[in-house]
Amino acid sequence: MYRYDEFDAQIVRERAAQFRGQVERRLSGDITEDQFKPLRLMNGVYLQLHAYMLRIAIPYGTLRGEQMRKFAHIARKYDKGYGHWTTRQNIQFNWVALKDIPDVLDELAEVEMHAIQTSGNCIRNTTSDQFAGATAEEIEDPRPWCEIIRQWSTFHPEFSFLPRKFKIAVTAAENDRAAIRVHDIGLHMRRNDAGETGFEVIVGGGQGRTPHVGVTIKPFVAKDQLLDYLEAIMRVYNRFGRRDNKYKARIKILVSETGAEEFTRLVDEEFEAQRDAEKIVLPQAEVDRITQYFAPPAFEDLPDTSDVLEAAKAKDEAFARWVRVNVRPHKQAGYGIVTISCKPIGAPPGDVTDTQMEVTADLAERYSLDEIRITHEQNMVLPHVKLDDLFDLYQELDSAGLATANYELISDIICCPGLDYCNLANARSIPVAQDLQNTFADLERQDDIGELKIKISGCINACGHHHVGHIGILGVDRKGEEFYQITFGGRADEKAAIGQIAGPGLRAEDVPSALERVIEAYREVRSSKDERFIDALERVGHDPFKEALYAAG
Amino acid sequence: MPLVKNGEVTANPHGEVLTLEPFLEMAAADPNDAVIVRLMPDDCPLKLEPFLDQLEVVEISFPRYADGRGYSQAQLLRRRLGYKGEIRAVGDVLRDQLLFMLRSGFDAFELGREDAAQAFAAASREYSHFYQPAADGESGVFARRHS
Repeated sequence: MYRYDEFDAQIVRERAAQFRGQVERRLSGDITEDQFKPLRLMNGVYLQLHAYMLRIAIPYGTLRGEQMRKFAHIARKYDKGYGHWTTRQNIQFNWVALKDIPDVLDELAEVEMHAIQTSGNCIRNTTSDQFAGATAEEIEDPRPWCEIIRQWSTFHPEFSFLPRKFKIAVTAAENDRAAIRVHDIGLHMRRNDAGETGFEVIVGGGQGRTPHVGVTIKPFVAKDQLLDYLEAIMRVYNRFGRRDNKYKARIKILVSETGAEEFTRLVDEEFEAQRDAEKIVLPQAEVDRITQYFAPPAFEDLPDTSDVLEAAKAKDEAFARWVRVNVRPHKQAGYGIVTISCKPIGAPPGDVTDTQMEVTADLAERYSLDEIRITHEQNMVLPHVKLDDLFDLYQELDSAGLATANYELISDIICCPGLDYCNLANARSIPVAQDLQNTFADLERQDDIGELKIKISGCINACGHHHVGHIGILGVDRKGEEFYQITFGGRADEKAAIGQIAGPGLRAEDVPSALERVIEAYREVRSSKDERFIDALERVGHDPFKEALYAAG
Repeated sequence: MPLVKNGEVTANPHGEVLTLEPFLEMAAADPNDAVIVRLMPDDCPLKLEPFLDQLEVVEISFPRYADGRGYSQAQLLRRRLGYKGEIRAVGDVLRDQLLFMLRSGFDAFELGREDAAQAFAAASREYSHFYQPAADGESGVFARRHS
């Protein structure tokens, strides 16, 4: 994975020093809270319901044991002993004191980390496929380009005061785990007829109060033109994106109001007009330098199957289930990709304790060539585990409460912090997730239901991605009472779609039983156990599920 | 209002300032009259192309610091059109935006604070390296790593 050179290290150190100065000026009253706000926001510091929240960037969700151990230390020393994975593959701490944040940034800089652009109206952390570099499905590892985008977008002088926040995601696999079609810009690595790899450019996806699936404005942009093409998109957005209404300021609104064709014309015109002196200088030697950090690690030559694994599976049914649900095929024979669920039954989705972080760091070093990934679905991944080691790994994960076998199952819920933490929320979301997890706690039952993605947001800003949940749940406030609106048929993958509202909202206490009826309806209509909920829904339509949802007497 | 130019507080000779449309009318009629033109955020700077030689100062207005259109205007003037005269940031110009402005091609700043020169000096020194090439002539870290 990428390592800082002296340039990266100095920029991050200088950032920490700069923010220390800004905090001092705020605490001394030299600048007002209003003037401080854009400065702290560009550094991931939010003022929340109870305290300041600090969000730390994990570029494209990749980190190593030492960095995870630093998070554990920060959780213990500056927070209440836990952290929360976000849907941008970042971590946030909810209880850090403003006066401590400069020290936290210094500590992060020691392990090549930062909180740059994790909030504010700028280009945010670039996200990617959590299986990048490990899955056989991809045409190449997209992370070198994520890192190039990270560097290009860091403190961009022209694009740091955009109409609104801006999110870019990159994948190189047909099966899209990075939700690129609901991003401001989604980049899908493609091979052209000449065999070269480049990028399909998708623009204008997004969630929030007006959800849109992005549109392809360029089927193929060559690698050496990518940054210049991104600059053209950003300039069109910066100049023409709406600034009169923050709810209409995302690029999706510009694309839909301008029309995709006209928007594409504007971008192409801007791109064509760039003079040589305006082009980003990105020498091939630099692309090679960055790419070499993502070269495959030192895999051992192993057989496809493992006798050790098969023997353990035969002996331990729970382990066999965990392997079936949480371990996915690796491109290297004899290895597997392990998802560590951060959705144990009844706990806030995506929370991990300091101890769990330390255990994960140790296990990554011992079993996964010192690599960890954070997923936008708020789980962790050990991308390179030998099949021979799976049983030992499982036992250690299990004793740390990290072996829940529910990856992509009904209790693997994306959930925003909701009214328990967030000052934008209208309703609680964590308790709804917990009730659902308890209702469907039985792993055998979950396994029988199969892949089903529930996503919960506590307000229309959709941080919990409810628009793209197979079943989406949106908390709304009606005259001081919380109601939950259910949507069906959303998906964030390569067939991205926005879910459709089923009907009137439900009370929180009615949500679990209503969804139980929906699940029963699904089990009745599915053609076989292999037909997923989302596929059955597509085949038979929404009606049977709506009826079931409202069937209570 | 103090004007910081080339790092120093200088006199702020405020000549006649025209907004874009009146300027274009005037410039078409009298191509020799040097004036100051002020761009508002939704003005297109490319319209100044025929008149760059008679412009000594282009003011770019920031009614609110959060409105970042002025950065694109400055970049277009410097890098697309090759404008060499002064680009002055006016309006809601804050210390912590100065470095972005400098990099985008601004070289003069109306800074509403008594310690304008010190604030400017501190702000412009906060970083030693920049990733992107920009209007300040920086080639960017991608290139510098291999030079």
